Amino acid sequence: MREPKSLDSLLTGEFCNGEQGNNMVQKGKISTGTKTEMLDAVESKSLRKSIPHFEIGDTVDVRCSIREGDKVRTQVFTGTVIARKGRGINETFTVRRIVDNEGVERIFPLHSPNVVDIKPIRSGKTRRAKLYYLRQRTGKAVRLAHRHSDHTGSK
Amino acid sequence: MAMLLGKKVGMTQAYDESGKLLPVTVIQAGPCAVMQVKTTETDGYNAIQLGYDDVKPSRRKNSQIGHARKANTTPKKFVKEMRLPDDVEPEYKVGDTITVSVFAEDKSVDVVGTSKGKGFAGVMKRHGFSGFPASHGTERKHRAPGSISSFASDAGHGGSPKKGKKMAGHMGNCRVTAKSHRLVAIDEEKNLLVVKGSVPGPAGGYCLVRSAKKA
Repeated sequence: MREPKSLDSLLTGEFCNGEQGNNMVQKGKISTGTKTEMLDAVESKSLRKSIPHFEIGDTVDVRCSIREGDKVRTQVFTGTVIARKGRGINETFTVRRIVDNEGVERIFPLHSPNVVDIKPIRSGKTRRAKLYYLRQRTGKAVRLAHRHSDHTGSK
Repeated sequence: MAMLLGKKVGMTQAYDESGKLLPVTVIQAGPCAVMQVKTTETDGYNAIQLGYDDVKPSRRKNSQIGHARKANTTPKKFVKEMRLPDDVEPEYKVGDTITVSVFAEDKSVDVVGTSKGKGFAGVMKRHGFSGFPASHGTERKHRAPGSISSFASDAGHGGSPKKGKKMAGHMGNCRVTAKSHRLVAIDEEKNLLVVKGSVPGPAGGYCLVRSAKKA
């Protein structure tokens, strides 16, 4: 009678359980991780180390560096944070201000190296995560009620 | 000239030194085992055979297992040859491991992959033809190729379309080379290459990365 011989047992017996076998597996081993882990590892290098704490409705000073030819200078944009969206490297925040009776909004990528500094200077009272309703308002109505908060240090 | 086999992980974004946000593809490349070294004396040309991604020995034939055993490694799923110049002795030995560090000095790479299959595609999708108007009397030929030849094109024998005429047919699922893509970063710890732009094939698909032939 022929002895049933499985390829698997033959192989494992021969060179996968032995010392040499283990060595072999080590050598060809690929440092695995899930897709998300690997993508996060790449993204994390572009992420900002520390993000200053600011909230929706805060009035912030955003200092961003602007390249003009060879010169790099810093510009300050002051306004109300009306939205913060996205996650990871895609996270952005929207700052709205009124210039000459005209609403101006700038969307800043939170992790961009060009955004040098974000400094909250005044907290506003809000009941929404997105303050898009401010776009319909003009004049005094765009001002949010002042709120005392530790992170802005305003009284 | 360096070459590695790898797997496309997916796309994301990364900032470069000047603060620009780049679209990047992450490729897990290597470590690749040198399965065989070919030389001019034995094979007529110089090359090394690279293997990537372990596979259970029970899933491979004995010949492939034996081939891998010579290199003191397990059988590999993805095996490709890397041609080396004929006049220089190959510097690699059988059983060597090649990692992403071979690209340390490269600024750009070519990535070869198998594009996503699109099945039988019409001329608009396959060759970018503009089709016909949606209205103004157009009937039943909105995405048609139009005329493909005239009767007179081969006078005396009846018309026949020219060779190479762009027509509908199978699209995708073929070897595509993405040339001269900037190498943004190398992660030696996780064996990752970060390449600017897109790369053929689905996430998880095998690809071949080599130093760019044209910088």
